[in-house]
Amino acid sequence: MLVAAGLNLLIKKRDMAKENYRKERIDRCIKARSDDIYAISSKNEILYLLFPRVIPIAALGIIALISPLYWQKVIISACIFAMLAVSWDFLSSCGMLSLGQALFFGIGSYIAGILNHYLNLPFYITIPVATISGGLLSTILLLPVVRLRGIYFAMVTLILPLMLMRGIEATRIFGGNEGITGLSPFPNIWVELIIIITAMWVTLFALRRFISSDYGLIFVSIRDNDRATMASGINIYAFKAQALFIGSCICAFCGAFMTHSYMFTGIPVFTMEFSILPIAASAIGGIGSLAGPLLGAFVLVPLSEILREFGTLRVVFYGLVLVICVVALPEGIFHYLSRKYNEMERWVKIE
Amino acid sequence: MFVYGLINSAVLALMAIGFNLTFGISGVANFAYGAIYVVSGFLTWSLINKLNMPYPVSAISTIIIIGILGALIYRFIIKRIRGLVISEVIATFGISIVILEFLRYVGFIGFKYSLPMFITGSVEIFDAYVDIQRLLIICFVILLIIALYIFTHHTKIGRAFRGIAQEEHTSLSLGINPDWIASLSMGLGSSLGAFAAIVILPLGTITVDGGYDVLINALSVCIVGGLGSTFGIIIASVIIGYAQTLTATYLAPHWTMIVSLLAILIILVFKPSGILGHQKELEERV
Repeated sequence: MLVAAGLNLLIKKRDMAKENYRKERIDRCIKARSDDIYAISSKNEILYLLFPRVIPIAALGIIALISPLYWQKVIISACIFAMLAVSWDFLSSCGMLSLGQALFFGIGSYIAGILNHYLNLPFYITIPVATISGGLLSTILLLPVVRLRGIYFAMVTLILPLMLMRGIEATRIFGGNEGITGLSPFPNIWVELIIIITAMWVTLFALRRFISSDYGLIFVSIRDNDRATMASGINIYAFKAQALFIGSCICAFCGAFMTHSYMFTGIPVFTMEFSILPIAASAIGGIGSLAGPLLGAFVLVPLSEILREFGTLRVVFYGLVLVICVVALPEGIFHYLSRKYNEMERWVKIE
Repeated sequence: MFVYGLINSAVLALMAIGFNLTFGISGVANFAYGAIYVVSGFLTWSLINKLNMPYPVSAISTIIIIGILGALIYRFIIKRIRGLVISEVIATFGISIVILEFLRYVGFIGFKYSLPMFITGSVEIFDAYVDIQRLLIICFVILLIIALYIFTHHTKIGRAFRGIAQEEHTSLSLGINPDWIASLSMGLGSSLGAFAAIVILPLGTITVDGGYDVLINALSVCIVGGLGSTFGIIIASVIIGYAQTLTATYLAPHWTMIVSLLAILIILVFKPSGILGHQKELEERV
């Protein structure tokens, strides 16, 4: 109480000191016309908009350059999980709640592994092929259930990766339980870092631009009210299938990349961790913004790396984070930060 | 063949009833159901082997403890996010992972974790030797379904359950507290999960991964049968149970899980609301 009173007094004093001034939101003149379309009229305003976009890119680049090999590997896996999380958030903003990112991830991983192991194709062919064909395959697999909504879709996506796992165990195809080992790696760590970091930023900004375009608005409207969208004469199943293709392509790329990075593919690619971590990252970072899940992944993955000695207890930790964030902090870090950034004020002289 | 299929169906029905009850009444898809199943197995095991309690006492106290646990989960976690589908799914799924992976971490793995049978021994029916435990499962399922029917149609609380399942606001105006009833239904659903665990687990060992299997089985039976309909569940578990037994006999035991998925896909394509689902559920689903 005393502290609060003292703080109040301080604020009052500061306000009184600037008697001839008033406070003004910085974003007022920039965003006055619309929330998304900016009318930029000065260098400062450009800086205001660029700052939150350029700083993370630059920071990640510098950190990746100076950190030791072990932490570079951590950055790579953080980028992979960030992309999975972005894809999860993209699907959820199209009204498809997926509990099985591992499905898309695993399919991409297996395709890359098979192409590399049986046909000896290099990574710059396997990754693009696995991305596109993995996306197609996942979309075809989920096509019958695209009509489902909410938890029903979630149930099926939860079941599918477990089924594929069982199927591979049962038929012993593609290495069975042991998986495929000894795949060709990337030439060096820098190639890896450049590919994954570029891919991550491109995915993030492309999807953000895409979802706010007229075309992407249809996806958001499907989430908000699919019946109304249907009534407007839009074939929502076709659009959902397209969203599924885009989302699963991203995950399949991650899977293919991880396969070459770890030189291994096998049943572990369908494990719960690849489904649960993206959701946890989105819950921490803030669902519905695409940038939030990315931020969440960059909080969670290094944190879990620090907790590595606890073994499977890490997954318990993700689960706890998930429950606490969903129940107690539904907003997420990103929404909080962006609100604070938009609310920044400056003193303007009263004329 | 016939007998094994029937037993398999009964097991599936027993697994699905608890999940279905909670979903049908409070509308909460309890993804922590598998975890609750496994926890009750381990809890009974610990009560018997660590505290040296007699089997019937530990079984009954497990059912009660798990019921209270389920009601508490609703009270403190799900109540805050009720109606937000994404949050509900994420939260219950999170709870499930916390419980299962914690059990895995603590080290509940191995063949020594198995519950004793109620009555050991086997009898011969139609040229097949069957454990009495398996026959007991069938009896329990039939008794449970009759008991549930009486409960939901002829008791005050049971009618309140059906009331909030049909129209929450109207039942509120008739003096039924939806939150209270929903937490009761979650508690009862969890108790049924615990009961299923105690009856089914003596047939094998208790494993952490079994939790995920139970969840998958419960989900597939519920989707095929039509969520919220008890008789749909019986029919669906008979269909899936026999399909699984046939696959296990003529193909390989590994393929049984794939049968569930195929059943889901076929049902979703031809009758999306499930075999005995109603129009209301169809609307929610597709």
